[in-house]
Amino acid sequence: MTPSPLASFLRGGGAQEAHGAASRSCSPQEILRRLRSAIPGCPVLSEPEELRPYECDGLTAYRETPLAVAIPESIAQVQEILRVCCALRLPVIPRGAGTGLSGGALPRSGGLLLSMARFRKILALDPLNRTARVEPGVTNRAISEAAAPHGLFYAPDPSSEVACTIGGNIAENAGGLHCLKYGLTVHNVLAVKILTPEAELLTLGAEALDSAGFDLLALFVGSEGLLGVVVEATVRLLPRPPLARLIVAAFASVDSAAAAVGKLIGRGFVPAALEMMDNLAIRAAEEFVHAGYPMDAAALLLCECDGPPEEVDEQIALAEEQLRESGAYFLRLSCSEEERLLLWKGRKSAFPAAGRMAPDYYCMDGTIPRRALPEALRRIARLSAEYGLPVANVFHAGDGNLHPLILYDASRPDELKRAESLGGRISELCVELGGVITGEHGVGVEKLDQMCIQFRAAELAQFHRIKDAFDPEGILNPGKAVPLLHRCAELGAMHVHRGTLPFPGIERF
Amino acid sequence: MSQSDRDLTEALADEVRQAHDSGIRLSLAGGETKPFLGRSVEGKRLSVREHCGIVHYEPTELVLTARAGTPLGEIHDLLAAHGQWLPFEPPSFASCATLGGTIACGLSGPARPFFGAARDFVLGVRLLDGRGQLLHFGAEVIKNVAGYDVARLVTGAQGTLGALLEISLKVGPLPPASETLTREEGLESSIRRLAELAAKPLPLSAASHDGERLFLRLSGTEAGVRAAANRIGGERLADPDAFWQSVRERTHPFFSLPGPLWRLSVPPATLAPPPGGGRLLLDWSGAQRWWKGSAEPTALWEWARSMGGHAALFDSGRCRLQPLDPGLFALHKRLKAAFDPKGILNSGRLYDSL
Repeated sequence: MTPSPLASFLRGGGAQEAHGAASRSCSPQEILRRLRSAIPGCPVLSEPEELRPYECDGLTAYRETPLAVAIPESIAQVQEILRVCCALRLPVIPRGAGTGLSGGALPRSGGLLLSMARFRKILALDPLNRTARVEPGVTNRAISEAAAPHGLFYAPDPSSEVACTIGGNIAENAGGLHCLKYGLTVHNVLAVKILTPEAELLTLGAEALDSAGFDLLALFVGSEGLLGVVVEATVRLLPRPPLARLIVAAFASVDSAAAAVGKLIGRGFVPAALEMMDNLAIRAAEEFVHAGYPMDAAALLLCECDGPPEEVDEQIALAEEQLRESGAYFLRLSCSEEERLLLWKGRKSAFPAAGRMAPDYYCMDGTIPRRALPEALRRIARLSAEYGLPVANVFHAGDGNLHPLILYDASRPDELKRAESLGGRISELCVELGGVITGEHGVGVEKLDQMCIQFRAAELAQFHRIKDAFDPEGILNPGKAVPLLHRCAELGAMHVHRGTLPFPGIERF
Repeated sequence: MSQSDRDLTEALADEVRQAHDSGIRLSLAGGETKPFLGRSVEGKRLSVREHCGIVHYEPTELVLTARAGTPLGEIHDLLAAHGQWLPFEPPSFASCATLGGTIACGLSGPARPFFGAARDFVLGVRLLDGRGQLLHFGAEVIKNVAGYDVARLVTGAQGTLGALLEISLKVGPLPPASETLTREEGLESSIRRLAELAAKPLPLSAASHDGERLFLRLSGTEAGVRAAANRIGGERLADPDAFWQSVRERTHPFFSLPGPLWRLSVPPATLAPPPGGGRLLLDWSGAQRWWKGSAEPTALWEWARSMGGHAALFDSGRCRLQPLDPGLFALHKRLKAAFDPKGILNSGRLYDSL
């Protein structure tokens, strides 16, 4: 059984130990004194009860108490904080709304948690150039609300869009239900202002569609807070489609639903969203919100088309024809906005609905080529039986992004560890099927071990060199996202010791 | 193995390793159709052109993987046979353009503001770094956040961070219908009109102004295009492909006007003209502007920066990019060293000492 990711995160923290050693030359009291005198008037929390709300992010199984939490409200204050931390080589963990699902904002014991929650201003909205310039603590929803009077919206819509903030979206390259048509965060951000660990202010990208030199913006998006602290972002706004309609189609087998996805995609248009749920997810959702899903379906497809009415009508007709030809035995088309939202509600409530079926659930994230979906679901069912833990599957079918929900009960001995281990096996399965260990949740601390399966040492070493180019002292979110090489070596040795290196036949990348 | 399917990974890796060991600078070559997009590179020629072939293509996955030397034309033909295309509509400048060169230069055509740039469609790359190591970043799937996004970083880096060997791209379904509308309209009023139209849910796929006329391309379903065309109005252009090709490939008569050519990348609704008199051709709905005029480079760069963008000068067969701020340039140099510690890969192609 693989050790828990948290345990191995702590175990594999060689680089951080070096920083720990450096910052140990200063007592916690002295560090706090220096921070407070550098940023008078800025809250620096250090009492245990003040720190508790910050001890985890959306991956709640992992908790750690930081030395302190700083909540600055100006770029100058963040700069002062970074200068102190840089001088002390104190780890700095940036945090947005804390909704991330891979532990990217998990504090470090003895490190500083840097909350960007007070950066909540929309600085400028430019309807002619269709951009919004915002501080990093602004939520996705708030941008869309501010843009609405101009008929515009900000497209990325992760399920936490009401709460999650743009800084965190940039750190994680957040996606969402509609990224099939509108792209991920990387496709919807034009520029970011960042602070380097040495507190230097840099602009990556431009208000134009490209910028001179390397595409550092693309590199920065999704870098999980390891390369810099976002202090401002300019995002692209899109015209809001006047009409959206949703088709729900039920299938008697996962295979025919999966085949339908391939055929839909091949028909000359890209739906705004294309989602799949398996039977367990369907039943959980239906019992929870009564959306009208057929409970006996092996798989449900939700296909949304949006745009000008003429275009939507044509696409809906094409999609319905294709879904019927692929064996859908039940089709329901939303005829009002109310009905569309109700039909979506089941899918969007899949996580809380699963939460009613078991005391705890662990949401996994991986991407596979779409063609491998039937095999992936068969193998996940087998693993679920092997571990004795039910798994419900919701799936961004259009782009191959799988979200198995592992149901467990943390109060039973060993069950969390079993859930984690099963999750690790599912990640490995994604790689084996030609996919990747994370499609949108990020690596954080959760998938450090799986990174050793996804990449070879040469690529991991290159990631560390990139980190060094931005953060030579290694103070920003150290130990996350990219495993240390010795950690992978240990893990590899362990796998060999067990007599089976996972998938010896496949190329490691 | 056929002529159009050759894997030269090992031979190329050997060459780069040897160059690294003996400190010999390399000048990377594909179809050699785009020397004018950068500065001249001193070095031993390393051609990737023979490393070619489509490695993997499954239309229903919307993903294609090909070796860097694969001719762009071969990829267009294969995709077209399956009703698909490269929605970033890259220019090729000559028939022997390769996929590797296209991605290394990060080239995107008229559809760019509506469908995305080359980098938006790059999912994964295999490359040789400056040590001759074969590295693989990204994958053949659309959503992937494992590791830093090196595949997009090297797009447009013109070979200075690595020699591209293989590229995986997201491809798209070819829109079933397309139409181009044109009308006589002044530049400033066209820029205003474009800003208005782009904020509406219309199936726009390209927008250009050639100094006298505004050109709007619509792409989508037949009914959608027809409805939008009726709403917008204007004359229907008889041979739209020829027009958009001339804008994309820089063969429009505008590009033959005498004098150096500037590329201005600015926010699309920018109304202020560049300093000094000159003539403009707008593409990318105003976000990419070609300017023929005479001005001191520093004055143009200053103007572009004040507009929120940047400018590049094409003169005497070479290109001068907007200078970077010192802090940003220092970061570029550290990244270059991380990929190419001895500075042997296309060094100087983008900037002196990079």
